[in-house]
Amino acid sequence: MRIATLLLPSVAYLLVMFVFPFAYGVLLSLRPGTGGVSPANYLAFLLDPWQARTIWVTASIAVPNTIVTVLLALIVAYAMRRGIRGERTITTALVLPIALGTVLVAEGINGFYGPKGWLNQALVGLGVGEPTRLTHNYTGVMIALFVQHFPFCFLMLLGYISGIDPALEASARVLGAGAWAVFRRVMWPLIAPGVAIAFALVFVMNFGVFPSAVLVGQPAGATRTIAIAAYQQAFEHSDMSMASAIAVVMGVCQLAGLGLILVLRRRMAGTGVATMGAGKR
Amino acid sequence: MRGRLWRLAVSLFVLGFLLNLAGIVGHVVVSSFARRWFATPVPSAFTTEWYAYAWREFQLDQVLTVTLTVAGTVTAAALLLGFPAAYLLARHEFRGKGPLLLLFFLPLLVPQMTYGIPLATTLYRYRIGGTVAGVIAANLVPMLPLAIFVLLPFLEQISVSLEWAARVHGATRVQVFRRVIVPLALPGLLTAGLLVLVNTVANFELTFLLSGAGSQTLVVALYYAVFAAGMRPIYSVDAMAVIYMAVVLAVLVLALRFVRPTQMVFRLDRRD
Amino acid sequence: MITSLAFRLTKRFGAKTVLDDLALEVRGREFVTFLGPSGCGKSTALNLLAGLLQPTVGEIRLDGARIDGLPPERRGFGMVFQNYALFPHLTVGANVAFGLAIRGLGKVELAPRVRRMLELVRLTGLEDRYPGQLSGGQQQRVAIARALAVEPRVLLLDEPLSNLDAKLRLEMRGEIKRLHGELGLTSIYVTHDQTEALSLSDRVVVLRDGRVVQAGAPAEIHDRPRTLFVADFMGYRNAFPVTVSAAEGDMVVGRAPDITLRGLGVVALASGTAAVAVVRPEDVEVAAEPPGTNVVRGTVRFTEYLGREHGVEVVLGGGQTVTARLPHPAAVGSALTLRLPPERVVILPAEDGAR
Repeated sequence: MRIATLLLPSVAYLLVMFVFPFAYGVLLSLRPGTGGVSPANYLAFLLDPWQARTIWVTASIAVPNTIVTVLLALIVAYAMRRGIRGERTITTALVLPIALGTVLVAEGINGFYGPKGWLNQALVGLGVGEPTRLTHNYTGVMIALFVQHFPFCFLMLLGYISGIDPALEASARVLGAGAWAVFRRVMWPLIAPGVAIAFALVFVMNFGVFPSAVLVGQPAGATRTIAIAAYQQAFEHSDMSMASAIAVVMGVCQLAGLGLILVLRRRMAGTGVATMGAGKR
Repeated sequence: MRGRLWRLAVSLFVLGFLLNLAGIVGHVVVSSFARRWFATPVPSAFTTEWYAYAWREFQLDQVLTVTLTVAGTVTAAALLLGFPAAYLLARHEFRGKGPLLLLFFLPLLVPQMTYGIPLATTLYRYRIGGTVAGVIAANLVPMLPLAIFVLLPFLEQISVSLEWAARVHGATRVQVFRRVIVPLALPGLLTAGLLVLVNTVANFELTFLLSGAGSQTLVVALYYAVFAAGMRPIYSVDAMAVIYMAVVLAVLVLALRFVRPTQMVFRLDRRD
Repeated sequence: MITSLAFRLTKRFGAKTVLDDLALEVRGREFVTFLGPSGCGKSTALNLLAGLLQPTVGEIRLDGARIDGLPPERRGFGMVFQNYALFPHLTVGANVAFGLAIRGLGKVELAPRVRRMLELVRLTGLEDRYPGQLSGGQQQRVAIARALAVEPRVLLLDEPLSNLDAKLRLEMRGEIKRLHGELGLTSIYVTHDQTEALSLSDRVVVLRDGRVVQAGAPAEIHDRPRTLFVADFMGYRNAFPVTVSAAEGDMVVGRAPDITLRGLGVVALASGTAAVAVVRPEDVEVAAEPPGTNVVRGTVRFTEYLGREHGVEVVLGGGQTVTARLPHPAAVGSALTLRLPPERVVILPAEDGAR
């Protein structure tokens, strides 16, 4: 069957390199170092406050950050939906953090936002007072994540919002709706699905935060995320079984978060009217 | 008017963000040229010696080679494997297409740390961990779906009637592929290839988990350098960072000639 | 040159039957048209003949030999598509030469043949243009040239003129007719436009919901439709329910409360059966005589200027409407007597819920 031969390599690759290791990891997590098949790893993780708190830490980073990122990205993208002077320059500039990646942005933040960096120098110079500690702590990680994910989220939403037929807005205005009414009654129902997806993607990216938490945060303290815990188990303690268990817990938390987003979205979307009128690009 | 206030606020925010970005990047660049720099707006003295230092100490010739090898191979493999798959998904509806698309979407949705650790465990067990091959294999996991999803809309745009016209007039399936589909899919292949390239160069987590001493890409080497910052002067680390930026910018500039910025992120309107 | 293309085709997609036992034999040099509204299965039939689809049941025989097992590239047909399907990345010349290049002809041999093809479709000199630079009509000619270049045993045309404007359609219709005759082609044409079907064909096959409703020469379909569906398709806008009261040879008389119509009975109709009398607006005339058989009187409800003539709607005493095309205008509200010539009226069997 031709269909099978064209698809087979890709499907096989993902089955072997994604599904299988995942399944293997789950199985491994149930075979703790102490022997036998048991959920001992999971219990150990969840009952150890030092480990279990990583869930809370990660959530306390991911949730606020996602909300702020998506909200701001939505506002800016919505404002720019009909084009703005210099849009090409702005969008090109915003591609930069995405292309540069997490490590470079983290390092740059350590420099720019550091105690001796330009930002603090400027604040001191302007007489705003003694520099606040913005790096190697929770704040640093929040800044880093925002700088990385805002452009990504913004570009996604910009593309999505621009794709909506401008005639819809125009007809609403002609019928008497002001800017806020247009947003609430016409645009938001159409944009909501895209925002939900953006929210989900950014949340997942934030929840898996690793290099930023290490380089710009306090990996041993305030920003010890669950990814760090998993990594330490794998490469510092060589306990692959436990590391897999933590990875599974991480995955479950993300799924739970995604599930919550889906439920909220369904509540918001209401009728199928939400997807009508989303024009093609 | 409220509208104008809003627009002003948005403009200020965007400006602020861009200045912020410039500051972050700029700081790294300036630092890489500093001889010594403490709490002054600009370093007291400049030098270029850190670049040679970084090149030597961080073995950047090897690291660069690895980076380019990995990025090139992953791109080629993603396109080779992904093109037929994307073609099929673009043309046919079949039972199981939904779950299949989900399978392809998962590596993009699940963070690399979550599946990277089991993946690393498996690859190390089979002795591929820590090698360049292992890094390539791991990076292909998210990049293959990326290539497929970027190619999909391009291939859907190619009208089926073109294939029909070719077949009726004598072309076998292979000839149709070669003479009609591939030439028309070229823009899509280019876009997908460039996006995979950019993403692979910057990709951290999977490479971090899978690389050994001789198989680090630039971004991972940079991480280690920053991490062990106490051992080396920060300026040399920043010099390495600038070299990394130069590589990324080179690829980015190439990519932006063919790809719009909004195409470089995940296309939302396709998925819904 | 083929002698015959005979086929019997049934195509089902899951539970849906798209084509139900379409059986036909096309003779060499014949021009056959599948005519019907969208969804009637005509394009499916063409795709089955081309080999782009496989029949659920059935066979196709070319000069007696079965070809339904052959893939499209081995059937030696030519096909013209509704959206032209020109390869955008190839020049006009390369498009036309496509089938020949596949067959292995070299550049040297191709050039003169391409030139001759383009001359045939009156597009000389455009070899190096790209399809995107041509107008719709030109693109369609290139598509035709491409199909003819391979000297096809049968030429398949799938609504080739639908995307062209009215004037071009007229012109291209003439071109297709000319080429078919000049080159001695066997052509199978698909359309929903009855004028095209009548003008081009030796035989018309009317399809509805995958079934053949009527097949015959254009004149026969036009003057003697056998069902209400075909009549409606052929422009018999007026339909009056009647009861058959008498039959004399070909002619039948049908009666309704205040109309009596004598017309052509194309199907045998017994006295007392329910029937429908149909007549074209163009055939309705203004009458001099008083109301009687085939003459009715009513009030003008609506009138429309159509250039050459006037569209007039007349409401009769019993509430029926007669639509007519008349040479002179009529004032709304005025009384008008109309004649429905018996030789232009057709009496058809009534159908349940059909129109």
